Amino acid sequence: MKQINCDVAVIGAGGAGLSAAAAAAATGKKVAVIDREESCGGVLCQCIHNGFGLRYFNEELTGPEYALRMERNAREAGAQVLLGETVSAVKRHSDNTFEATLFSSANGVSKLNAKAVVFSTGCRERTRANIAVPGERCAGVYTAGSAQKLMNLTGMLPGKRAVIVGSGDIGLIMARRCRWSGIDVAAVVEILPEPSGLPRNIAQCLRDFDIPLLLSHRCARIIGCNRVEGVEIENLLTKEIISFQCDTVLFSVGLIPENELLKTMGVPMNPATGGPCVDGMCQCALPGVFAAGNSLHVHDLVDFASIEARRAGLAAAEYADSGNLPDAAAEVSCSKTLKYAIPNKCTPGSSCEFFFRPTVSCARAKLTALADGKEIAKKMCVSVRPAEMLTMKAEIPAGSTKVEFQLEECK
Amino acid sequence: MNTYDVAVIGAGATGASIAWQLSHYNLKVALLDRCADASFGVSKANSGIVHGGFHHSADSTLKAKLELEGNPMFDDLQKELDFEFNRCGILVVAYSDEELPQLQKLYERGVANKVPGIEMCDRARLLELEPKLTDAAVAGFYVPQGGVIEPYGYVFALVESAELNGVEFWRNFQVASSEKEGPYRTLTAADGRKIQARFTVNAAGLYADEVSKICGGEEFTICPRKGEEYLLDRTSPGRPSKVVFPVPTPCSKGMLVIPTAGGTTMIGPSATMVDDKQENSTTQAEREIIFEHSKKMVNGISERDLVAAFSGLRPVLTGNEDFFIARSEKASDLIQAAGIQSPGLTASPAIGVYVRNILADCGLELEEKSAPRKILPPKNRARELSPEELDRLHADEKLATRIICRCEFISEAEIVAAVRRGHVTLDGVKFRTRAGMGRCQGGFCAPKIMQIISRESGIPMEDLTKRGPGSNLLVGKLGDLEVM
Repeated sequence: MKQINCDVAVIGAGGAGLSAAAAAAATGKKVAVIDREESCGGVLCQCIHNGFGLRYFNEELTGPEYALRMERNAREAGAQVLLGETVSAVKRHSDNTFEATLFSSANGVSKLNAKAVVFSTGCRERTRANIAVPGERCAGVYTAGSAQKLMNLTGMLPGKRAVIVGSGDIGLIMARRCRWSGIDVAAVVEILPEPSGLPRNIAQCLRDFDIPLLLSHRCARIIGCNRVEGVEIENLLTKEIISFQCDTVLFSVGLIPENELLKTMGVPMNPATGGPCVDGMCQCALPGVFAAGNSLHVHDLVDFASIEARRAGLAAAEYADSGNLPDAAAEVSCSKTLKYAIPNKCTPGSSCEFFFRPTVSCARAKLTALADGKEIAKKMCVSVRPAEMLTMKAEIPAGSTKVEFQLEECK
Repeated sequence: MNTYDVAVIGAGATGASIAWQLSHYNLKVALLDRCADASFGVSKANSGIVHGGFHHSADSTLKAKLELEGNPMFDDLQKELDFEFNRCGILVVAYSDEELPQLQKLYERGVANKVPGIEMCDRARLLELEPKLTDAAVAGFYVPQGGVIEPYGYVFALVESAELNGVEFWRNFQVASSEKEGPYRTLTAADGRKIQARFTVNAAGLYADEVSKICGGEEFTICPRKGEEYLLDRTSPGRPSKVVFPVPTPCSKGMLVIPTAGGTTMIGPSATMVDDKQENSTTQAEREIIFEHSKKMVNGISERDLVAAFSGLRPVLTGNEDFFIARSEKASDLIQAAGIQSPGLTASPAIGVYVRNILADCGLELEEKSAPRKILPPKNRARELSPEELDRLHADEKLATRIICRCEFISEAEIVAAVRRGHVTLDGVKFRTRAGMGRCQGGFCAPKIMQIISRESGIPMEDLTKRGPGSNLLVGKLGDLEVM
């Protein structure tokens, strides 16, 4: 069995993993970034639309362009890129080193030994079953991302007339993609009273194409013996059922962080995010284990995932060097108006960037950070919605034990 | 025209087992199925229980007799055919004092049927056997010989082994008409293909009534009784170590909590009579009932772990809850194997022997093959092999260590092997390998599997189907449609 040794192993070479690998390698550490696919970028490869890189590269790029730049950065920094390798398990030895088992057609089974591991394994799409849509099990039911892959990477058409369930960004982008390819989009159906995707996607992907968006509606049934023949859509306010004829149903009903590997290692998870609990350096409760990107929490923009992962990469390099990181002694909590605050812990006497997902919608709101009850930072936020992440940087005073964030609507 | 000694109509558990039995003899055998692959009718949605032999009286029903004979046959079958099978045991649990008399009756039937090791249990003993039972469990009994198999895996293995030993499997062969002339009956498919055979076995499941009519046999009606099943992730904390049964109702064995042979947890089935033999829908109402019931039975069951919902149809013979397996009194070359509802899967190995004997009584010469039996190659399931074993396989087969389905850990070599055995639909590959059966439901791997099927079979991507004609997965290539 082949043995590979490195200081930092990064699992997943998408927008987060490549960034973590570049940052860790730039410190001079030996870094290996591993991906199961034959090319870098993860889901970026199938995102042939633009809108990537505005924050990270100050430039508007397509998904593959963004991936290519990130890959180049990682390689130029000296990271080793291992492609076509599936990681089946990561073990932590008693001497605190890690051993990952890799499977590929090129190398068979390999063991990768590392002092620190960054998990940037992305997320998977929620399926029809996750939201328990009744009806028949016919062909023509896809997740939006799966259909995107079929169209953009294999050049195939999944159907001729689609109903899109869920107004997440992938669903919106697929609505436009369908129309560009001659696939009729009967409607986009959203169970909530407001769209789940970014406003720019509502405008550019639906409004510009006159695609109806049905808010407060749900998919009540899928009909079709062998191939989809139609769907029944229920208006949640009037309970009225509307029938649509279509041959395709695309589901864009949320993302689930993929943490199956981390879970088998017994890393404590955060129920609010679906990712692990981490400190300000993206370190999990298990020393030497780091997480960043969509497997930590689902981001709106890949740029944020890359920025977050840079921190994880640097911290993993430091851990690989010293076997030790500053103690994250301050516990982080948030008001009910926020679904979560990430990280869950931070280091007093340091600067830390926080990410939040609001639970409320309002035009203006004040975000306040309190350290042991004393205000340490505040910020005005406009058009606050659950679909958009909030961020805040704060200096955590030395000796702090509790940091609390509050989001209050401004009348 | 292809001429056979025996044509078996229906490649579900019943027909596959009969064909497999007959593959041991110097006979020409055809196995016909209306679907694109074996088990795609009734069997694919079977709960996969190897029943314990206590539900029906062995003295008065054929189904109990064959169930009791079939149950112990699975160990040897598994050794030869390599399907997922776990003799994990069955617990029948009463959840209220009112159910105790019925529980006692069932237990006594098991004793009368000479079920080995059957054991009455108080609550303490029940919890010792299955710590995940809820507080509501009052008492129950334990049947160690009960178990679980992967129903499609079992049927596929029977058919593949039968094919390897000379049986010819005709897919998408929907028998539309038949004509008896001299010693042969000609069977014509809806698409015009014809074969002829000296004997015809009707194991057509839901369509056994129609096949009987086409062949001039007895008149009867098969009414579908629908059952919905809900599949939970392999990490579900609600997975028990044994199959947990409630005390049954008159028309169903009740909704179960099943630790499937594939490592997931399944809850269900419901039981509703329906009119349509193609009805395969799931409903919100049944889902709510099934979850409510199973949560009362076993701790840790949650909608959060739901990965798939499906339904299946039991072929119920109207006016007769027993199996109908006999030589037709109206068409002397026709053997009926109809109304094979639960415990049909458990009984199926014994049904194979039983039908073989009927055929012998009808004058079919059974001469055992002198050549040694051909054995299927090992499945080499990546999920079950150690990294060292997989690395050794990789020396000869590079694809043995390329993982295509991440959720179920299925290698490309497994998928290629499935396609080369003739499973060229997405469901066929799924049932053969489990690829696409996990928590992402093929979200990541389906496009890859489609490319592998296309590459290995030569079928263009746009012609690939989920489960046969009409279930096309794609409608064409980018650029085929006019952009408005």
